[in-house]
Amino acid sequence: MTREEIRSEVMQSLLGVAPEARPESLKPDQELREQLEIDSYDFLNFIIALDKRLKVSIPESDYQHLATLDSCVEYLARRMEKV
Amino acid sequence: MAEFRMPSLGADMEAGTLVEWLVKPGQSVKRGDIVCVVETQKGAIEVEIFESGTVAELLVQPGTEVPVGTVLALVRGEGEPELPAREQPAAPAAQPAPPPPPPPVARRPGGGPRASPAARNAAQVLGVDLAGVQGSGPGGAITLADVERAAAQAKPKPEARRTSGMRQAIAAAMSRSKREIPHYYLSTRVDLGRALAWLRAENERRSVADRLLPVVLMLKASGLAARRFPNINGFFVDGEFRAAPDVHLGVAISLKDGLVAPALHSVPDKPLGLLMSELSDLIQRARSSELADPTLTVTSMGDNGAESVFGVIFPPQVALVGFGRIAEGHVNLSLSADHRVSDGLSGSTFLTAIDRLLQKPEEL
Repeated sequence: MTREEIRSEVMQSLLGVAPEARPESLKPDQELREQLEIDSYDFLNFIIALDKRLKVSIPESDYQHLATLDSCVEYLARRMEKV
Repeated sequence: MAEFRMPSLGADMEAGTLVEWLVKPGQSVKRGDIVCVVETQKGAIEVEIFESGTVAELLVQPGTEVPVGTVLALVRGEGEPELPAREQPAAPAAQPAPPPPPPPVARRPGGGPRASPAARNAAQVLGVDLAGVQGSGPGGAITLADVERAAAQAKPKPEARRTSGMRQAIAAAMSRSKREIPHYYLSTRVDLGRALAWLRAENERRSVADRLLPVVLMLKASGLAARRFPNINGFFVDGEFRAAPDVHLGVAISLKDGLVAPALHSVPDKPLGLLMSELSDLIQRARSSELADPTLTVTSMGDNGAESVFGVIFPPQVALVGFGRIAEGHVNLSLSADHRVSDGLSGSTFLTAIDRLLQKPEEL
């Protein structure tokens, strides 16, 4: 899967928990949770969605790598290479 | 001549907005006819009339919000003679007097009013039309202060006052709470080190979809403690307190234009995994607006919120438990409670009980 494809999957997962999010106005290097005002419950659902879409199970200790759109793509690309 | 007034359509209703007239002046009406639609915090309601006769005059324009009891229309009874038209129609009760027309403004030859660059910038930012601002500067020029004054005066626009039904319901409940319930507030700092470490280990064992959030531990601990403190859990109705037999925790859930606090039922008796899935379900249902019947409310700031929260009790409940943001392994735990029912001492012991429970997460 290319980074562009991963990015699109991440976006779809985000739209699942924050349907009013506008992809074009999201700043890829800034905190997702602040920009989208998602709480810990939404964030957990985002992780569940990524798990379903990409078959990547993300441990809680790695949540820190998922702070921004860019870092999500980076982290997921690395995890998927290892598989 | 009979007066048709804004009815009270609920104990908490203080005012209503006339949405639509379904009758016209000159039209005959009889008792029980639907004559208008009124918007209240409970939604739009069709209102019937109790007099029979002929509509003589509609006094309130659609879109106007008026207090309960305001005369909306005059109805001429059967056989009553037609009165000559009044010289001045009565002004709608709640409509504010129109502001005096602005005095003439100094004009530049170019067209727009004279204004300093700072005033122009501020006008753009604040959305103020310079043509309507009276200048106090040299030669009637508009200054920054004039623009700021105009912006402040323009604030209470009709649109700004049009609050949503949910906002109105919250306003009514919270005003009633602060009017009737003598609140007292307590706060304590709880070490969550053990609870969070236990949760990390527990979540490693669980699949992604079954992971627990810290709030579930806090809800369970609050529920167990509430069962041991009956004067925190129940309702104050008709001048007396009635303890509730079971603990149904209202969970404050923020929504786009307000919040709701539906209940998680029988919290003390449920395992954490079940509470977590019921909480997920509750949040989903709350966001699609379905409600329930809590005995005590818990609000949790989550991890983006403030460090401490002191809530306003949802009447007729008698207490509200607050958890601030979890920071550096600690959380500020608070209690707002009804002083008619409990005192600071029992409130403190209640908070201590929650703290103790959170120190033994494996037993929750």
